[in-house]
Amino acid sequence: MNFPIISSLILLPTIGALFILLSRSNSESKYQSYKYVALFVSITNFFISIYLWFIFDPNITNFQFVENRLWLHDFINYKVGVDGISILFILLTTFITPLCIISVNKTIKFKLKEFLIAILVMESLMIGVFCSLDLVIFYLFFEGGLIPMFLIIGIWGGPKRVYAAFKFFLFTLLGSVLMLVAIISIYWISGTTDVVDLYDLGIDPKYQNLLWLAFFSSFAVKTPMWPFHTWLPDAHVEAPTAGSVLLAAILLKMAGYGFIRFSIGLFPLASDNFVPLVYTLSLIAIIYTSFVALMQEDMKKLIAYSSVAHMGYVTLGIFTMTKQGVEGSIIQMISHGIVSAALFLCVGVLYDRVHSRMINTYGGVVNIMPKYAVMLMVFTLSSIGLPGTSGFIGEFLILLGAFKKSFLIATIASVGVILGAVYMLWLYKRVVFGKIANNELIKISDLNRSEIFILLCLALLTIFFGFYPEPLLKTIDPSISNLIETYNYNINLYK
Amino acid sequence: MENIHLIYPEIFISLSIMLILMIGVFKTKSSNLVYSLSILVLFVSTGLIINSPINQEIYLFNNSYKIDSLSHFMKIVTLISGIFVLSSSYNYLKIENIIKIEYPILILCSILGMLVMISSNDLIVFYIGLELQSLALYVLAAFNTNKLQSSEAGLKYFVLSALSSGLLLYGCSLVYGFSESTNFNLISEKIILSQYGNVFGIVFILTGLAFKISAVPFHVWAPDVYEGSPTSVSLFFAVVPKVAALTVFIRFLYVPFLSLIDQWQIIIIFLSLASMIFGAIAAIGQKNLKRLIAYSSIGHMGYALAGLAVGTNSGIHSSITYICIYVIMNLAIFSCLLMLRRDNKFYDNIEDLSGLSKNHPIISLCLLIVLFSLAGIPPLAGFFAKFYIFISVIEQSMYFLAIVGLVSTVISAFYYLKIIKIIYFDEAKEKFDQENYIGLKITLALSTAIVLMYFVYPSWLINIISNINIL
Repeated sequence: MNFPIISSLILLPTIGALFILLSRSNSESKYQSYKYVALFVSITNFFISIYLWFIFDPNITNFQFVENRLWLHDFINYKVGVDGISILFILLTTFITPLCIISVNKTIKFKLKEFLIAILVMESLMIGVFCSLDLVIFYLFFEGGLIPMFLIIGIWGGPKRVYAAFKFFLFTLLGSVLMLVAIISIYWISGTTDVVDLYDLGIDPKYQNLLWLAFFSSFAVKTPMWPFHTWLPDAHVEAPTAGSVLLAAILLKMAGYGFIRFSIGLFPLASDNFVPLVYTLSLIAIIYTSFVALMQEDMKKLIAYSSVAHMGYVTLGIFTMTKQGVEGSIIQMISHGIVSAALFLCVGVLYDRVHSRMINTYGGVVNIMPKYAVMLMVFTLSSIGLPGTSGFIGEFLILLGAFKKSFLIATIASVGVILGAVYMLWLYKRVVFGKIANNELIKISDLNRSEIFILLCLALLTIFFGFYPEPLLKTIDPSISNLIETYNYNINLYK
Repeated sequence: MENIHLIYPEIFISLSIMLILMIGVFKTKSSNLVYSLSILVLFVSTGLIINSPINQEIYLFNNSYKIDSLSHFMKIVTLISGIFVLSSSYNYLKIENIIKIEYPILILCSILGMLVMISSNDLIVFYIGLELQSLALYVLAAFNTNKLQSSEAGLKYFVLSALSSGLLLYGCSLVYGFSESTNFNLISEKIILSQYGNVFGIVFILTGLAFKISAVPFHVWAPDVYEGSPTSVSLFFAVVPKVAALTVFIRFLYVPFLSLIDQWQIIIIFLSLASMIFGAIAAIGQKNLKRLIAYSSIGHMGYALAGLAVGTNSGIHSSITYICIYVIMNLAIFSCLLMLRRDNKFYDNIEDLSGLSKNHPIISLCLLIVLFSLAGIPPLAGFFAKFYIFISVIEQSMYFLAIVGLVSTVISAFYYLKIIKIIYFDEAKEKFDQENYIGLKITLALSTAIVLMYFVYPSWLINIISNINIL
């Protein structure tokens, strides 16, 4: 048996968390060492995942590095593995987590140890979600993530944190329990919950619609799709910066990943049936939440609503069922992971200095923080989808896919791009340009070294992928082609 | 009587009860000795049971006493949870100043009654066991004579329980009258639908049993008794009798009444649904932690009953798994509760937990794990308990039961989260006393570790349980 590289990816952060948990100290200096341990663990994990990407063979459409162990009384196996789709999300997770840990410097003022433990456990669970090849294992990781996130929002969050944490937890739990019913039903219908076997076996068409809806209820809440999105602005606003970053960059992607892996992969016929529903909800999300974002006074809330709109593109792209659309969705998710993380960090930077997230507190920041203004510009433009940033590649491919299916839908979705530009540029204008609105602003300092480092990493990445998306496309292309082929084969088989 | 060695544990416990009672009466200041001896007795009888493995059904005393894999396993669970209950409550009894020789002896009596119940294969033997355990429990509930609440709890429990025993006995007499026997095996041959007396008998018996495991609508005693009795007794109430009562449920439903499954299935489904929903909703408004646990255990019994309602072997297995994990979780949460003391006064309001995480990080972490597990969030043990139940429920296509059950999981998650919120998000209060008796610490550490690490090798419990064959 080969070295279990995926399990070690999953386990390593938890081991780091245990290490931090068991080491004891009360002095302030030791607090820093906790951070270094966490940083060390997460960076090691990042390098392991880079190595995994390196030895990963993108030309094989099957799952690679598969580990299959007996786990639960001869009916559920612990099965993990990666294909071209999941490996990118694993990379995104391992890339964002160390940045989160670096960013805790100022934002987390108490219980740093517990915070780091929560982040590391969260990382384990998120990686687990992206590489589990068994529905029950997937559910375990998917739901397990609620616990650390609930604590992150609830303990270190803002004034309305309790409400936000409860809403987040209960919304997602309610969506997910139906998925659990569906998973168990699949076990009794098909005799297995192994995803690879289920791909081969297929699921009886007469059950597909109900099962699809059950999975949809979970993913729609998590994505979040309109009208299930209301938990997201609350959670984002109240969560500490690192929490918002994890939430926006990775947690939301679990659902998009779930749509591709499970909804389309397992229930092709039902996915085909429900395409109009998804289109409608996605378009409403794109247009409606863009308008809502336009009217926000709170920067974090604005970015949260923009996330909903961006995820609307993702779901739209996935359900175009074209190669361009699905690839565009994945690129959009990766890009949104990078950009929204960066935007939340940028808001965090201002919040740490001025302790306000309200847009009208700011103005003329460019005069005081020129470096910051440049960074924010890059991410604003990337969020809009300006050519030369990764956001453009994603949106472009999605619209391309959408045009292939329906002219009308693509046109409506394109309007969303303009609206996106409106609210982001307006935000940028109000915060960065103009007169200095507030005397407190004069005293604040520009970005420090660790902040520059984090933002620069993200900025370079988004520009790099904007000009040269080939590494991403090359990785996902065979898996996506395979997915679309299987999908079309199944549709033709039953029609 | 060649198989008499199989009831050595029962014989051993009864003889020890008499002996320990004598020691307690004739030796002055012997409460500590009696206490440790009682734990020892439980240990030895656990050893005796484990030592005589069972792989077939053996009947004793004219088929009125049955030893099989179910009774074997459930007796072990009862005894082990009894050991943990006793060893974790020593501290509490000492500080509340109610450590008397009667306490451990009553617990032994009650456990003896449960062992008899678990093994009974005859209505009369069953009733004797039931009354033996109940009588001991009445006294235990009222054990703290310094507190009015405790006496009230004892009296309340006595009156209501006597009523339910009456109903149960009436049901037994009906079943006896129509099937002409008290022996379970003979009843199962004779019982037929066309004689409505049988159905009435079943309804009365199920009512009595539902009272014992506090299933809705026969639950009203539970919150008051849990709150009023000494916390150590509440722990005993919450854990040990449930195991025995669930076993009796399995026995009744699947031996004498098996042929009338269509009749009782709907009753069990109703009890299960009502308990799940009521347990989830009624617990939300509670301010006292013991009351809250009472409501939550009502809800948990609903899930255990859902497994029984299915009517398959896997359903029974899932129910037994559920009760085992439930016992472990309740041991953990009560041991936390038994630690909350400041200047020799115990606290049991939810508000008293406020900001616990600041001063007592370890207890809070344990509570966090256990509460999430009670809420059924993966990857903790509580999730697997529910998972097994729903697997067997959905196997029989009872989707309604499954969905209502899962939705009430979400509702009940709300009040567990509320406790976590108070522990972790709220302002800290004064510190509680730090030093605790070792038995309590071991109970807490062990049960939390099992709850947390269950996912690593989840097969161990189900592997043991899947050897139990009822049908």
